[in-house]
Amino acid sequence: MSSLPDPFQLRRSRVHEACGPGATTFAAIAAGAQDVLWIRESWQTESLNPLGLAPFLDPSRLLLAQTRDQTDSLAVAEEALKDGAIPVVVIECTRALDLREGRRLQLAAKAGNTTGLCLIPEGMGSNAAETRWRASPVLDPSESAPGDSTLMHWEIIKNKSGTNGAWHVRWDAASRRLHVVSPVGQRPGSQNVPG
Amino acid sequence: MWFPRLASDRALRTCPVDAPFALTLRQSNTEWVHCLNARAERQGLHRGMRMADARVFCPDLVSRPARPDLDARFLAALRRWATRYCPWVACEGEDGLVLDVTGSTHLWDGEAAMLSEMRMRATRAGLSLRLGLADTRGAAWALAHHGEGIAPPGAAQEALAALPVAALRLGSETVTALQRLGLRTVGDLCTTPRAPLARRLGPDLLMRLDQALGRQPESISPEREPPHYGVRLTFPEPIGLVDDVMGATARLLEALCAKLKANEAGARTLVLTLRRVDQGSPHVELRLAAAMRDPARILPLFERGVSEVDAGFGIDQMRLEAKLVESLPVQQISASAAPSGPDRQQDLVTRIGTRIGLENIQRFLPADSHIPERSFLIAPAAWSAPESGWFSPRPRPLRLFPPEPIAGTGNRPPRSFRWRRMPLSTARATGPERIAPEWWLEDDNWRSGLRDYWHVETRQGRRLWLFYTPQNPGWFVQGEFA
Repeated sequence: MSSLPDPFQLRRSRVHEACGPGATTFAAIAAGAQDVLWIRESWQTESLNPLGLAPFLDPSRLLLAQTRDQTDSLAVAEEALKDGAIPVVVIECTRALDLREGRRLQLAAKAGNTTGLCLIPEGMGSNAAETRWRASPVLDPSESAPGDSTLMHWEIIKNKSGTNGAWHVRWDAASRRLHVVSPVGQRPGSQNVPG
Repeated sequence: MWFPRLASDRALRTCPVDAPFALTLRQSNTEWVHCLNARAERQGLHRGMRMADARVFCPDLVSRPARPDLDARFLAALRRWATRYCPWVACEGEDGLVLDVTGSTHLWDGEAAMLSEMRMRATRAGLSLRLGLADTRGAAWALAHHGEGIAPPGAAQEALAALPVAALRLGSETVTALQRLGLRTVGDLCTTPRAPLARRLGPDLLMRLDQALGRQPESISPEREPPHYGVRLTFPEPIGLVDDVMGATARLLEALCAKLKANEAGARTLVLTLRRVDQGSPHVELRLAAAMRDPARILPLFERGVSEVDAGFGIDQMRLEAKLVESLPVQQISASAAPSGPDRQQDLVTRIGTRIGLENIQRFLPADSHIPERSFLIAPAAWSAPESGWFSPRPRPLRLFPPEPIAGTGNRPPRSFRWRRMPLSTARATGPERIAPEWWLEDDNWRSGLRDYWHVETRQGRRLWLFYTPQNPGWFVQGEFA
């Protein structure tokens, strides 16, 4: 997480939320070069592809916990956050967390000095979350690297200890860094491209 | 100690048969007689004859298939039993025990009393037993197999003189050869010059003779007792509080871990059995993510299981057993190794595993395949080590899902399409990348033949992995890129 520029650094000892179609990418970038526990429910047909994750994080440092339902997911998350052996815990939520569940995760993260990140369906955030991000991929009109574009729109839509904001970011897989770029249409020489 | 009918005695102990009885062993498509009881032997049957012949001789023969594995276990149990006579006991062949009773006969009031005690116990257990006692292992074997008895000290030669040469543990060819020479008893053999015998029949014969007569030493090597990883604790008064149970568990763990440490082993599965006053015995099973033997680390892992147990009217005995043990050599503590790296993670995996099952905590391992679903393996984290070597020649999607059909024709990606109820239009498409099915593996998902994969960037932002199946025209979405 140290490689991320300041506004994107998730505060430690807190649980954050991410939604939108690019939430998985957001989680992968936020985890960075740390050990990750990725908790998901086993009935889901979508699966993570470690080869696709490889540009963002090291798949060999990822542990996957397959749970039966969200109650199990939350119990596992609480245990892992409290323990502190794995610094980042990603939880794929399928229903909204209520205030009690969200608060328990916050307390667990505080006890273990770990970071939690819930990937939530749109509009199902919990009030206890420290920050909530919406990440969505954006078409990159420049022809610089066809087939390898990672332009995204990251928006912070809830922030308990700061202000909201929105950025266009791009992931550089070679140097493993996140670059903030100007939004499409405001770059020099691209005025006539529709945003 | 020779048990001449060990196998059939073992089978008859569980369900006695009052008739001629035989155990059959199937070898190269023929049933052979493996072992007989005394009544069958009186009918003229012998070991090693065909079962079909035996049935002709004795129509009311009862037979059962032989179980050599159970016989071996039974003999091992007898070996443990025989340590009541002396500590130095070894198995002799498939149906015998050899005991070094030097210095322990006086505990049984002499040799003869000891043998009669052995015989009495074997008869009570339903085993036929033949005993031989002599100065040497060879002489005792000869006496047990060919005419029971005790050879007085230093008089092995006289005791053996009348026995046939087969009593010297010789191969059947040697015995036949000796009989052709007219040497029928051990006494004949002793009076024959040694040099021509050795030249004619090999050194083995003289070695056996010398072993029987004590001119050449032969040792008895008792088997090692396999280490047993179980400890128990009995209480004078039943206990019921979680703290008390945990305290007792800590004591048990200390004893068990000391045992594990002495054998350089680590426990993988632990079972804590709590016997209640009302004879119920709930048990707590703990499966560890790695072999370990550190009581301080294992104890907190028991907390969850112990707190769920219903103590009822109290627990008066606890038993802790390591069901699954792996070798765990002592390792040097190095300055470079982080004190709280993988160990803490394994503890965490164990703790989570008690809730969702240890096999549900997994990790990805690279695999050598171009098929997207087979380009990685998912293995339980507790039984695998992380591997590096992640490489893909082309960008791969972050998420994979079962192919979802979309409307489209032709071999170029459709300009606009609907996917998951979203209208999308293609802005840029990179491809095609052709992936052929692996014909050497059956896979129903790849029945539609070749696939041409396209990386499609839509105007709406989503970057999708589409494929077209030219042999069976159709368009599908299989993944989403970052």
